[in-house]
Amino acid sequence: MGWIANALNSSIGKKFIMALTGVCLLLFLIIHLINNLTLYGGPELFNTVVKNLEGIKPLVRVIELILVLIFVFHIYDAIRVWYGNKKARPINYKINASAENSTLFSRTMIWSGSIIFIFLVIHLRTFWVSFNLGHPLAQSHNYYEIVVQAFRDPVYSLFYVVAIILLGFHLKHGFQSAFQTFGWNNNKYFPMVRKLGDIYTYIMVIGFASIPIYFLFFYGGN
Amino acid sequence: MEEKKLNLTLKIWRQAAPDAAGGFQEYKVYVSPDSSFLEMLDELNNELESQNLDPIAFESDCREGICGTCGLVINGHPHGPIPKIATCQLHMRHFKDGDTIWVEPFRAKAFPVIKDLMVDRSAFDRIMEAGGFISVNTGSVPDGNAIPIPKDIASEAMDSASCIGCGACVAACKNASAMLFVSAKVSQFALLPQGQPERYRRVQAMVKKMDELGFGACSNTYACEAECPKGISIKNIARMNREFIKAKVKTEEIDV
Repeated sequence: MGWIANALNSSIGKKFIMALTGVCLLLFLIIHLINNLTLYGGPELFNTVVKNLEGIKPLVRVIELILVLIFVFHIYDAIRVWYGNKKARPINYKINASAENSTLFSRTMIWSGSIIFIFLVIHLRTFWVSFNLGHPLAQSHNYYEIVVQAFRDPVYSLFYVVAIILLGFHLKHGFQSAFQTFGWNNNKYFPMVRKLGDIYTYIMVIGFASIPIYFLFFYGGN
Repeated sequence: MEEKKLNLTLKIWRQAAPDAAGGFQEYKVYVSPDSSFLEMLDELNNELESQNLDPIAFESDCREGICGTCGLVINGHPHGPIPKIATCQLHMRHFKDGDTIWVEPFRAKAFPVIKDLMVDRSAFDRIMEAGGFISVNTGSVPDGNAIPIPKDIASEAMDSASCIGCGACVAACKNASAMLFVSAKVSQFALLPQGQPERYRRVQAMVKKMDELGFGACSNTYACEAECPKGISIKNIARMNREFIKAKVKTEEIDV
């Protein structure tokens, strides 16, 4: 089995893991967004959706565990790759023209990723912990109200929107980068991959960021 | 007609020896716009030598953009700001009177500085030794059309083979990754029938050597493609990734 470890520890292997876990996370975000958008259907719809998920708890737990593993590998390999890459150039250039030969998104993946990670921790604290670990509103199945209360805080909402924009940075590069890493690049469909990545990114950013903006500015509620 | 010469300030990296501390030194030059970048450095060196000063060490050979020996980072661009040319093909007419030009050596752990602007790129030779060849039996010249190759495949292989191994991709990459170079070499063989017998062993051996030598991984920023004097496409990197993954999955050999 040593050959598998060797393959996955090579420079291409590490990137392959990054791309594979990245694509899994791209798919997860679609499901997450669809769930979130049910908030626009009002308290009843959203609470029913969450309650239905409660009904298939064991399955949700398994998926959550897989998701955690995907995140762990994505982050672990990101740090390994980043550290190795830093070591490959011990002395930096005095003048660097990187802005003229590459995109900002591609050069800042570790930083957009790091902030998304911090966001993820806070985000889990706000919603996952409240939904799962006995928040009084969760016990009465009023999950919608938890969301309303969270986004009532302008600081939290602002942080949420900023994190989503950085997620957009990450996705814009990551989407096409994953295809390139898998070796799926040719003249016929790579331009399409790039387009698709951009469309995906815009949908994700607008979709996720609209929710705190809606609750902060447009939700009359109580 | 009298040509208008340029007054330029050069900030050039000087480093006496591999382990010595280096730094930028300033030189004022008065140079013809028709002069090439390397000719300007030649003139400057003549002047330094006439004053009994140590000339600036830099590399060059063919001076027509095909040998891959020259390579300076000029204002942050390997081979200077003009795309798809080598340093030796860069002319001073692309600069303006009064410009300050920063000249640095390629910077990568795998390319240690020997002196001033000269770096040791023998790491590329180590990668080639690991698999960048085809094993053939010696004998008489093979028949011209014995192996049919479609024109577009031949062209694609030729595009990959046009890599001159200068190392600008490593210099441009934020990770000092050699993926563009290695992938071009992997591709030129993987595309052609002659490369098939060693196809999967080659890609694994070359990638392994590349990793051992301390080059970084690929972040797909595509800076390498933008700075490559020969316009080698990042499609080669995709092909190498494909070849590597295929090799790991398909072949039985485990110790490559």
